[in-house]
Amino acid sequence: MPLPIPPILSYALRRLFQAVPVVILIMIGTFLLLKLAPGDTVDALVGDMGGADAAFIERLRIEYGLDQPVWVQLWRYMSKLAMFDFGWSFVYEQPVSRILMDRLGTTLLLMATSLSVAFTIGIFLGAIAARRAYSTTDNLISTLGLIFYATPSFFLSLMMILLFSVKLGWLPVGGIKTITGFYTGWDHVVDVARHLIMPTAALSLIYLSFYLRLMRASVLEVAELDYVRTARAKGAGESRLMVHHIMRNALLPVVTLLGLQFSTVLGGSVVVETIFTLPGLGQLAYQSVIQRDMNTLMGIIFLCSIIVVVVNFLTDLLYARLDSRIKLT
Amino acid sequence: MTTAATDLPPPEPSRPVVLWRRFRRNRAALLGLFLFTLVVGMALTAGLIEPNDPLRRAGVPLTAPFANWDTPLGTDQLGRDILAMLFYGARISLLVGVVATLISIGIGIVIGALSGYFGGWVDDVLMRITEAFQTIPSFVLLLTLVAILGSKIEWIALAIGIVSWTAPARMVRAEFMALRNREFVDAARNLGVSNTAMIFKEIMPNAIPPIIVYASVVMALSILLESALAFLALGDPNYASWGNMIGQGRAVLRTAWYCAAIPGIAIVLTVLSFSLLGEGLNDALNPRQKK
Amino acid sequence: MTEFALKIENLKIALPEGSDRPFALEGLDLEVRRGEVVCLVGESGSGKSLTAGAIMRLLPEPHVHVAGGAISVQGEDILAKSETEMKAMRGERVSMIFQEPMTALNPQKTVGWQIDEVLRLHTKLTRTERRARVIEMLERVHIPDPPSAYNAYPHQVSGGQRQRVMIAMALCLSPGLIIADEPTTALDVTTQLQILKLIRDLQEQEGAGVLFITHDFGVVAEIADHVVVLSQGKMVETGTAQQVLNAPQHPYTQALIASVPSLTPSPPKSFDNAPVVLKGTGLNKTFAAQGGFLSGRRKSVTAVDDLTFELRKGETLGVVGESGSGKTTVSRIVTRLLEADSGAVELDGTDLLACNPRQLREMRKHIQMVFQDPMASLNPRKRVVDLIAQGPIVHGVSREKAHAQARDLLALVELSPSAANRFPHEFSGGQRQRIGIARALALRPKVIVADEPVSALDVSVQAQVLRLLADLRDQMDLSLLFVTHDLRVAAQLCDRIIVMQKGEIVETGKTAEVFADPRHPYTRNLLSSIPGRHWTPPKLEAIAI
Repeated sequence: MPLPIPPILSYALRRLFQAVPVVILIMIGTFLLLKLAPGDTVDALVGDMGGADAAFIERLRIEYGLDQPVWVQLWRYMSKLAMFDFGWSFVYEQPVSRILMDRLGTTLLLMATSLSVAFTIGIFLGAIAARRAYSTTDNLISTLGLIFYATPSFFLSLMMILLFSVKLGWLPVGGIKTITGFYTGWDHVVDVARHLIMPTAALSLIYLSFYLRLMRASVLEVAELDYVRTARAKGAGESRLMVHHIMRNALLPVVTLLGLQFSTVLGGSVVVETIFTLPGLGQLAYQSVIQRDMNTLMGIIFLCSIIVVVVNFLTDLLYARLDSRIKLT
Repeated sequence: MTTAATDLPPPEPSRPVVLWRRFRRNRAALLGLFLFTLVVGMALTAGLIEPNDPLRRAGVPLTAPFANWDTPLGTDQLGRDILAMLFYGARISLLVGVVATLISIGIGIVIGALSGYFGGWVDDVLMRITEAFQTIPSFVLLLTLVAILGSKIEWIALAIGIVSWTAPARMVRAEFMALRNREFVDAARNLGVSNTAMIFKEIMPNAIPPIIVYASVVMALSILLESALAFLALGDPNYASWGNMIGQGRAVLRTAWYCAAIPGIAIVLTVLSFSLLGEGLNDALNPRQKK
Repeated sequence: MTEFALKIENLKIALPEGSDRPFALEGLDLEVRRGEVVCLVGESGSGKSLTAGAIMRLLPEPHVHVAGGAISVQGEDILAKSETEMKAMRGERVSMIFQEPMTALNPQKTVGWQIDEVLRLHTKLTRTERRARVIEMLERVHIPDPPSAYNAYPHQVSGGQRQRVMIAMALCLSPGLIIADEPTTALDVTTQLQILKLIRDLQEQEGAGVLFITHDFGVVAEIADHVVVLSQGKMVETGTAQQVLNAPQHPYTQALIASVPSLTPSPPKSFDNAPVVLKGTGLNKTFAAQGGFLSGRRKSVTAVDDLTFELRKGETLGVVGESGSGKTTVSRIVTRLLEADSGAVELDGTDLLACNPRQLREMRKHIQMVFQDPMASLNPRKRVVDLIAQGPIVHGVSREKAHAQARDLLALVELSPSAANRFPHEFSGGQRQRIGIARALALRPKVIVADEPVSALDVSVQAQVLRLLADLRDQMDLSLLFVTHDLRVAAQLCDRIIVMQKGEIVETGKTAEVFADPRHPYTRNLLSSIPGRHWTPPKLEAIAI
């Protein structure tokens, strides 16, 4: 007799089963892509040392297994990766896993604040714009949305730094905390929050405009549906229609977008973390590319893929929770 | 009894006329068209503003705008003419944008059409690949590609195309899946039309309007991606680029903020023009929503 | 209290500028007494649904608005009320039942919650009182196991049940006026009869007035006390059901009633000596369980189970059944738009299902199809002449010749030659279906498979298209496989019929014989559910259309 498995668990297993080939595909693709790059780790190392004789270079190559055919190297790398061994970073002289763990927290914090801000404000403004469609309020909100969309995050960051740090001196220019502050407890939280205001604003603005525009369109569409007319015929007022009948259905496409876009937001953190010198994965990615730190770069891509897979799973759960027509099996 | 069947409404005006009328009704779209013409105009007349090299020294470094009429918008810390770089930057933005969009939409159409039309295992395989591309943060992949291919302008356009085809592919796929089940496709199959003709002659013409609208979105995104690369000093150093100007302006932000602000505004207006054009095209091509 | 549940005087509803006419409704007078059912009858575009919107004050204002006249509901002037006063009236004193039970309920809320909402909005009852009331209402509309139905979501109950839920919702505060807007149009014939009975019963118990909007004279014959006929926004006739149904005065009403297909099949013709053109043997089709991305596995569905039939030259074979009977699947399998799991379809002795792709393309010209939705089945980006000429061109006819033929075909289906260079959206539904027929004929097929070709059309247009099909069939000696849910249409056109239920044939025989003496209980049930079966449309001489 089969054991009864809770639907959410069997669903999670099925999703895991689907995600594994995708992640493997990504890692193989990235590995081969990086092998195409001119110069390998040894070249980068030797370059740093200011040159070395040919015999030494040859010895290094053998030591790192770089003399082997690409397929052998790939196999070795993938089997180590299966044990969550990301290898060694020659730039940071540390295991890659340790660097990643140091950086993960900052990035997740930035992601969480940016997406919450973008999502909440976006759906709120979108819903208002839709309920007052074609009015002055709507025009104002929609125009703002378009301008937010068109403003590159790096440009916005610089202008904010100019205004709030240089001219007004209200907010710190960069970093995640005041290094000389040694704050603890609540002061530490306030300090980190002050450092996160501008990066969050810079990163969330474009996504805010996405959610705003999608929510507006979605509310307009749902408001035209038959069952909203039914509720009107029952004597429901406008605010009741919005809260009980329109909102939940209108949110569904926005939630889908939230999951789909998470990887783009992670990508966007590269620019923002670099400008505000936040010690996160984005900044690390940029530095690894510049310094040709291949193991670290591979590690970042792996970790990011896992995060995206997990977030997509969570949004699916949220979607199923919002849509009564869907049952997880 | 034949009269009831043969009564036809008066003929409609031709399609371009109808489209233009619908487009014209959206005032924001007209603003978009105006901005678009302006940027294209800048790109075309860049040679008149500065016949030689826009990256040469044209005046005293850090001249403020409107201070010297040889360099109306001032100079940067290397004494380069901001106006000239702005005009040449328009060329680069549009060039990279158009090429990247063509590549992105091209890949997207092929993958999306095959996936949506055939379904089954073709769809499964292609969608796994698409998911893989969507799972890697696109900007990290872009950095990696540029690091491998090098910073030449052609490679940058190609790399942007490669990282941005997934959304068009999904859109085309959804469009094809919906159209595939429409009765007119069954009707054509029933006449004996082949698969190739079915994809290109029956379904594709119906999928083109949303693809065109989507192209304007991809165009805007490509311009943003190019400027971000250039900002991070990964752009082609041989050409003036708005993103690069902002990146350089960062160093003198405290004293000469206009060095970063002027090209920044150019990016905002250019991207805005494509968004507005896209909305106008959407109104013109998919007149579903009534006011 | 006034005896009128509803009184409309000289109602005018204005349409936005640029519409095909300035007024959707011009001068409607209508009275609904308590305990009476008044049918508002008209074809699409007659303005009948906007009348309902005006009474509820739910028109899409300001684009569409009441431009004159008076509406009073139970003696109160509706047009003078504020929005707040209207909110109090809606659901409590006037309620509405809509056409599409599928979309008229919120998919995210339980059935119970949605009925409960009416009580929450209009009464001060406690939670438990409300729940008891909702369950009582569910019982009254004969929903099995009300407590568990209370917690069900709309997608978990059938279409007929959903319409019962709508009725429970509309009646739970015993309103004096109920507006039913085509409430049974989307339902199967057997369900339709049950719902009509339910509305009639409850209305008699409550003594409410019902304004019943419909396009179907069969339904009118079934339920109406009084009838008002609308044409293009103008009221053309009003009277008791007896008068209007059996002695219509206005030419438009006469023409409409003349278009209703009679339930008496024409005397059987014999095709026993004609050769068999199309022969299906042991056809099976099961739709496999689909592993949806989120929805997981579903049960597999047997759509067609061991189907065998014969179609002779010049004969029309009707495939009749309700939704889910597999009749549409039959039409797709026979034309191989869908692959059958097993069986054979022999067309002049060649098994279509065994053909390789090249042979199949060659064979297709002998068996053509006319589709249900004339808008969806014509590629919107192609001109009419290209649509019609496409088949011959694919099969090797030169472009000039195919185009010339296409123009001749236009004349054959009674369309003007100027139609050739137009796009499909420029035509009316009936005209589009004519284009679809011309396209099917262009390849000079031996067999035409018609899948509900007239179900999307208004009744007067329906009659014209059916007549055209019959004429062409006789002229060109075509064999017709005619799939339909409408027994009246089947009676008119088919020589023999197959009655299907859940993928299986339950009865087959000459149409006249099946109608006169149905053997299978399901067939009997179907025939006795036809709305207006006791009413024989009068033979009218003045057929104007």
